[in-house]
Amino acid sequence: MEAVFLAFVLMLSIFLGFELISKVPSTLHTPLMSGANAISGITLVGALGSAGAGIDLWATWLGAVAVAFATINVVGGYLVTNRMLAMFRKKDDKQGGQA
Amino acid sequence: MSPVLINTIYIIAAALFIFGLKQLGSPATAVRGNLLSAVGMFLAVVVTLFSRGILEFQWIAAAAAVGAIIGAIAAQRIAMTSMPEMVALFNGSGGIASLLVGWAALYNVGNTLFTIITILLSILIGAVTFSGSIVAWGKLSEVMPSQAIVFGAQRIVNALILVALIYCGVMFAMEPTLNSPYFFAVIALSLIFGVMVVIPIGGADMPVVISLLNSYSGLAACAAGFAINNNILIVAGALVGAAGIILTNIMCKAMNRSLANVLFSGFGAVKTATKVEGEVKPMTAEDAYLILEAASTVSFVPGYGMAVAQAQHVVRELGELLEANGAEVTYAIHPVAGRMPGHMNVLLAEANVPYDQLVEMEDINRRIENVDVAVVIGANDVVNPAAREDENSPIYGMPIINVDHARTVFILKRSMASGFSGVDNPLFFGENSRMLFGDAKESISKVIAEFKI
Repeated sequence: MEAVFLAFVLMLSIFLGFELISKVPSTLHTPLMSGANAISGITLVGALGSAGAGIDLWATWLGAVAVAFATINVVGGYLVTNRMLAMFRKKDDKQGGQA
Repeated sequence: MSPVLINTIYIIAAALFIFGLKQLGSPATAVRGNLLSAVGMFLAVVVTLFSRGILEFQWIAAAAAVGAIIGAIAAQRIAMTSMPEMVALFNGSGGIASLLVGWAALYNVGNTLFTIITILLSILIGAVTFSGSIVAWGKLSEVMPSQAIVFGAQRIVNALILVALIYCGVMFAMEPTLNSPYFFAVIALSLIFGVMVVIPIGGADMPVVISLLNSYSGLAACAAGFAINNNILIVAGALVGAAGIILTNIMCKAMNRSLANVLFSGFGAVKTATKVEGEVKPMTAEDAYLILEAASTVSFVPGYGMAVAQAQHVVRELGELLEANGAEVTYAIHPVAGRMPGHMNVLLAEANVPYDQLVEMEDINRRIENVDVAVVIGANDVVNPAAREDENSPIYGMPIINVDHARTVFILKRSMASGFSGVDNPLFFGENSRMLFGDAKESISKVIAEFKI
């Protein structure tokens, strides 16, 4: 039953994802991609569980390496997206950042 | 913290991701969207640290510190021209993390067959994302040859790898022990498969690969979510997977090719375009200046060559001079110009070009007849009229920016070599075409110098 429930969640999320992204101006394709990429670093949550559970030394090691990679993905992804978006500006908006 | 509370906060995090992605879809709200999504991530991570399952923190702290430092430095240091490589590497690190999470989940007691299958899936997708991204990075940073690498038995080799993968996967699922050789075979074969998937895809098709790998990194997280029974991984992973597929689809449409065609056939492998012959009309910076000075509408059409020459800043400077001279200046961006979706937009934004001056292909094509000068900077395929006229051309049918319909076309080009796909471009011989040979940055600087005299 659990698997069916998770599959249900999966299906709804995929449809939601399609609806959310279907109309994005091409100006934002790169930030959208790197922003979405940062979200895929959510696997960090799973990695934390493996690294901290203390079940088995080898599992802890796998988890710890996963934490490191996922953190690169999360921290790097959000920062680089923010850095890019800060450069987008409208005409006569000399400051940038707001855009 | 109780599981109910943790899952409640996961729901909030999921809602923040959804709002974040939604707001990333409009330039006015994108910064806030990214921030919301980061807050969601922060919440999800913090609440996980407080869950009962986590007993040891020393490894987590050390690993997270290393990851955060590497990620932050990379994000700060990277040049905007190298953005595609960076995105590829981030995709890859997400992929390998999901692979490792799946692997570590094997050590949980009482895994059902369903869990074992999802573990295998997270390893397969994670590994393909990882090794595929590394190859993509290699191609983009030109550590390895960036053209398509195609060899005769490629399809057969790929099919054999797939069969072996399925065999090892089934054997492992029947007897899932921690040190099963089949398990390690699955990891190795998946990594090899990732390499094989990306090597036949060449330079100009890179935007498709990057967005597809982005989608995979989400799906890998999603599969890992099934393996460890975690809702937030499934939801967030599926959102990213779907978003990546949509972008991939937009890229494919912009090249008038199906995804299967991009993935399984090296560019230009079958057809050879009709050779076009003619005489090109070179001009000097001074000629360019005289024409531009008299123009009332100018449209810049950038391509990957602008990124290579780092010419975005001088392009903006020339654009401002032309505006001061009373001309209407636009920047026409083809959806697959450059090496990742939106590559040119980011570069021009870096050079401080306002985003409302950037126009999409359909908009500029509607009024291209009224453009006095179209300045093509390091773009080739995306302005090649053969895509419209020559049925034998490998890019036939691809929507292009019809610069040949503008009153005058300037083509900035290093030399008279053909573009990435090796397609001859009849644009160069057009009646209204003028070639400005040399490094794009230097050529434009010379034109700017003429303006300032």
